[in-house]
Amino acid sequence: MNDMTPTREQREAKLEGMGCKRKRVEDIRFTQGKGNYVDDLKLPGMLHGDFVRSPHAHARVKKIDDTEALKVPGVLAVITAETLKTVNLAWMPTLAGDVQMVLADGKVLFQNQEVAFVVATDRYAADDGINKVVVEYEPLPPLIDPFKAMDKDAPVLREDLAGKTTGVHGPRKHHNHVFEWTVGDKDLTDAAFRKAEVTIKEMISYHRTHPSPLETCQCVCSFDKIRGELTIWGTFQAPHVIRTVVALIAKIPEHKIHVISPDIGGGFGNKVGAYPGYICAAVASIVTGKPVKWVEDRIENLTATSFARDYHMTTEIASTKEGKVTGLRVHVLADHGAFDACADPSKWPAGFFNIVTGSYDFPTAHLSVDGIYTNKALGGVAYRCSFRVTEAAYCIERAMDILAQKLNMDPAELRLKNFIKPEQFPYHSALGWEYDSGDYHTAMRKMMETVDYAGLRKEQALLRAAFKRGETREIMGLGVSFFTEIVGAGPSKNCDILGIAMFDSCEIRLHPTGAGIARVGSKSQGQGHETTWAQIIATEIGIPADDIMVEEGNTDTAPYGLGTYGSRSTPVAGAAIAMAARKIKAKAQMIAAYKLEVHEDDLEWDIDGFRVKGLPEKTMSMKDICWAAYNSVPPGMEPGLEAVSYYDPPNMTYPFGAYICVMNIDVDTGVYKVRRFYALDDCGTRINPMIIEGQVHGGLTEAFAIAMGQEIRYDADGNVVTGSFMDFFMPTAVETPHWETDFTVTPSPHHPIGAKGVGESPNVGGVPAFSNAVNDAFSFLGSTHIQMPHDYWRNWKAAKDLGAVA
Amino acid sequence: MIPGPFSYHRPATLADAVKLLSTLGDEARPLAGGHSLVPMMKLRLASPEHLVDLHGIAGLKGIRRDGNTIVIGAMTTQHELLASDEIGKSLPILDETALLIADPQVRYRGTIGGNVANGDPGNDMPALMMTLGASYRLEGASGAREVAAAEFYQGAYFTALEPGELLTSISIPVPATGHGYAYEKLKRKVGDYATAAAAVVLTMAGGKVATCKIGLTNLSETPLLAEDAAKAVIGTSLDPAALKIAAAAAVAIMSPAADARGPVEYRKHVGGIMVTRALQRAVGRAS
Ligand SMILES: Cc1cc2nc3c(=O)[nH]c(=O)nc-3n(C[C@H](O)[C@H](O)[C@H](O)COP(=O)(O)OP(=O)(O)OC[C@H]3O[C@@H](n4cnc5c(N)ncnc54)[C@H](O)[C@@H]3O)c2cc1C
Repeated sequence: MNDMTPTREQREAKLEGMGCKRKRVEDIRFTQGKGNYVDDLKLPGMLHGDFVRSPHAHARVKKIDDTEALKVPGVLAVITAETLKTVNLAWMPTLAGDVQMVLADGKVLFQNQEVAFVVATDRYAADDGINKVVVEYEPLPPLIDPFKAMDKDAPVLREDLAGKTTGVHGPRKHHNHVFEWTVGDKDLTDAAFRKAEVTIKEMISYHRTHPSPLETCQCVCSFDKIRGELTIWGTFQAPHVIRTVVALIAKIPEHKIHVISPDIGGGFGNKVGAYPGYICAAVASIVTGKPVKWVEDRIENLTATSFARDYHMTTEIASTKEGKVTGLRVHVLADHGAFDACADPSKWPAGFFNIVTGSYDFPTAHLSVDGIYTNKALGGVAYRCSFRVTEAAYCIERAMDILAQKLNMDPAELRLKNFIKPEQFPYHSALGWEYDSGDYHTAMRKMMETVDYAGLRKEQALLRAAFKRGETREIMGLGVSFFTEIVGAGPSKNCDILGIAMFDSCEIRLHPTGAGIARVGSKSQGQGHETTWAQIIATEIGIPADDIMVEEGNTDTAPYGLGTYGSRSTPVAGAAIAMAARKIKAKAQMIAAYKLEVHEDDLEWDIDGFRVKGLPEKTMSMKDICWAAYNSVPPGMEPGLEAVSYYDPPNMTYPFGAYICVMNIDVDTGVYKVRRFYALDDCGTRINPMIIEGQVHGGLTEAFAIAMGQEIRYDADGNVVTGSFMDFFMPTAVETPHWETDFTVTPSPHHPIGAKGVGESPNVGGVPAFSNAVNDAFSFLGSTHIQMPHDYWRNWKAAKDLGAVA
Repeated sequence: MIPGPFSYHRPATLADAVKLLSTLGDEARPLAGGHSLVPMMKLRLASPEHLVDLHGIAGLKGIRRDGNTIVIGAMTTQHELLASDEIGKSLPILDETALLIADPQVRYRGTIGGNVANGDPGNDMPALMMTLGASYRLEGASGAREVAAAEFYQGAYFTALEPGELLTSISIPVPATGHGYAYEKLKRKVGDYATAAAAVVLTMAGGKVATCKIGLTNLSETPLLAEDAAKAVIGTSLDPAALKIAAAAAVAIMSPAADARGPVEYRKHVGGIMVTRALQRAVGRAS
């Protein structure tokens, strides 16, 4: 050894493997404006399509006249449902087992529904054409209020379902009913409530909102008539699923469909499903023989493609006088809009809402969900959460606070009293999940100590007294949230999309010089996969992360994967990456043994290569093994060094966290100030702490937006009143609070690297923290529950209703 | 969100601009910073066939002091107002207000002329101009005239501007030394128009309010001068009782629309609070 020999620490550091705050490699291009997004794509002869949309929430379409539109210079075609019927595409299946109109067929069911698709030589001509298409409507009574959907005399929305008393998820109770889904033991739960010393009941609504990524949904479709091949560049979170859907509905052989997701500017669930824009662009390309681009604008994005939430959750908890919970009963009215277009795994009409028992040891629980149709945009997707997990977390976290209030107990204490204990894991919940791991008490106590919870409560008590004496107009709230997520869909035993099991995949190919490429079935929309996936490989096989190129999104080259949403990438694709790397490592070990002339079992792994046990100077680095793999493998072994893994997870993973929000509200204006927000996350093994922190910052900002004002609201006639960023609350850096982040580490016992997924935790856990802070602030004035969103005027109204302002 | 077809003109002189506007008629619109007009065009709420861009006319820009009057060229941007020492010295309330308009990007493009000429009740400058007793110079084919800001606004997007007329400059009498001022604006976020806003300019003498003007933004179809409210505080030391009377008098003339910012009742309520807070802050600054 001479002085130039790197130390173990230096070798370790050079890898930039797991645990390293590696800078995001993709940011080099993003921060220089060199990203490659769908709208950057310009093909020779490319045409542009755009939609004529319905001004009405509910109306019969009597006539569509395109005569004047076709006279607009540059307009080439106007596609309507009648056109699509000739290719059997006027309707298409949704991922939730429903069907939806691609273009209005006989009637429109929500404002801004797609009515006709105008194809032109440029975007301006297309829009001029849109304004010349004359559509004759006969308005019908709109159904907006979900609580009136199943009234006897409620208008019939879905005429296509006339007479259908069963849907894919079982019996339908009413013409506007989609499904009923029940889980849990009803009798046992009813009995628990009969015996309960204390009960609470509250209708907790999680309002309709929207993922609203910076880049809207878009695609370019190009059909090659000679080859019979369709290429689609699109903003797809799940490109392989899109390819399969297109093959199934357009009857083009799957190998002749090329789906490419280039760089994506945020998805948050908005870009999982298939939208009319994709179908119309594809049909337009087939009809015209030219590439066709479709790019949604902001208003279209907010009003037509996939809202989220709109869950109305009547929640009851049974408990002892001492605050030990004995039962949970929840009924959900789920507003799906005009078509059920959730992007949930097929067998889960309400997603994983049955995680609603949260972090607490409920001996029994019962859940029922009624899905209904209204004259609103279709959905609803999982906005930065595993399917309906954020609704569930909000429901139970709000309800626990309400119970604490009723028991006159501190909400943090109530939680500590009811947490699932560390020794109870793996824990079987009353609603059917097996929680893999957790240490809730440690996380909660760490949060309480860090923020001086007791001190904050004292300060609140003083301020409340001062308020009652008329010395201040400010009130203060502490919003505690302790969430458990269920992510990483999912095991083939319970998760599929259109019959395809929800595995994920990775293919690693190492080149002779010790660099390589990893292709993965997931698809980053900003999560930084190109950075973190390489880090997993670096640690697993000792090749520096910088020497691994990560590629996703091209269905021709990437192995089949189910895409990125529901925090599934690290739990599922991340596991596939580790498993593929381990296959490579196993082969590498055989090569090293051969070259070092020892038995495989005499080798041990050492950071970036193998060494002979007991002879630390006898080593072979992974770089050298790569070279050997291409010229001197053991007799009988195939040359090369590559591996593929398809990973079917044995279970979901269960990240958790303890959040707290400290907020003051001026009752006269309703203006709030977030004084402090602390978020402790436990996502198991931490691959890149800097990326985790970035994800938490982003998710908390969304949670802040949702809880404090971000809403898709309709007036009584079904007009969207929050259809632009002027009214749909999108906070800027100025409004966004300062975030404090922290962590504990409880690795997942079944995941190859112990990781659990974190990207969505802050959205899931953040919303209840904000809402609980507002509710906690007002509780001393006598309220039990104030519905979200908590924007200024609603805070003022709450104060007024409670008699705190004149 | 794609505008309809239009043709674009960029005259080099005011005379050419006026001529263009009068020959092109109703279908022509002047274009200043475009930060009100272009969004309307993208929504096709406005579809002018001709845009007459005023950026080529050098004479429409600039800030100068003319005795006790500050004269601001219509094409002066909000950013230029903020960068001006003259404005900072003699009209600090203009800076305070400009800083509450959207974000730096909007302020780099948006002009004071466009802001006051637009007639949007949500714009902040009109109520301020009324409060300051400003007047606008309007020039058209038939010559030039001065119209007081207080007489200019007739309804939402309806102003005293005649077809073909341009607003060329704004004259603002310099408020007395030692005056107190404040612009209080409640908005939901950066880039939002006011839920309610109030402008106050006052002077004090011997611990009592000597003169006072109060303007209101986005609380009616047009900007408002709250004259009764202002009268109610004159001669008082702005004690709680006087503040209360003034706020109530201001609320009495408000007639905002319900929108996503809140119902009518809320917008009036916070309108009163903005008046109270602006008065309190203004008096604290007066000497
Ligand atoms: C996101 C965003 C947020 C905003 N928030 C605010 C806010 O909070 N408060 C606020 O006050 N403003 C706000 N604005 C508007 C901004 O201040 C505009 O720039 C301003 O209202 C109009 O000025 P402009 O120079 O852009 O005019 P333009 O948009 O070019 O013109 C506006 C109108 O005035 C006419 N016009 C322009 N100049 C003249 C002239 N010299 N003579 C006659 N007519 C003329 C035009 O024909 C047009 O009808 C916001 C804008 C945006 C985009």
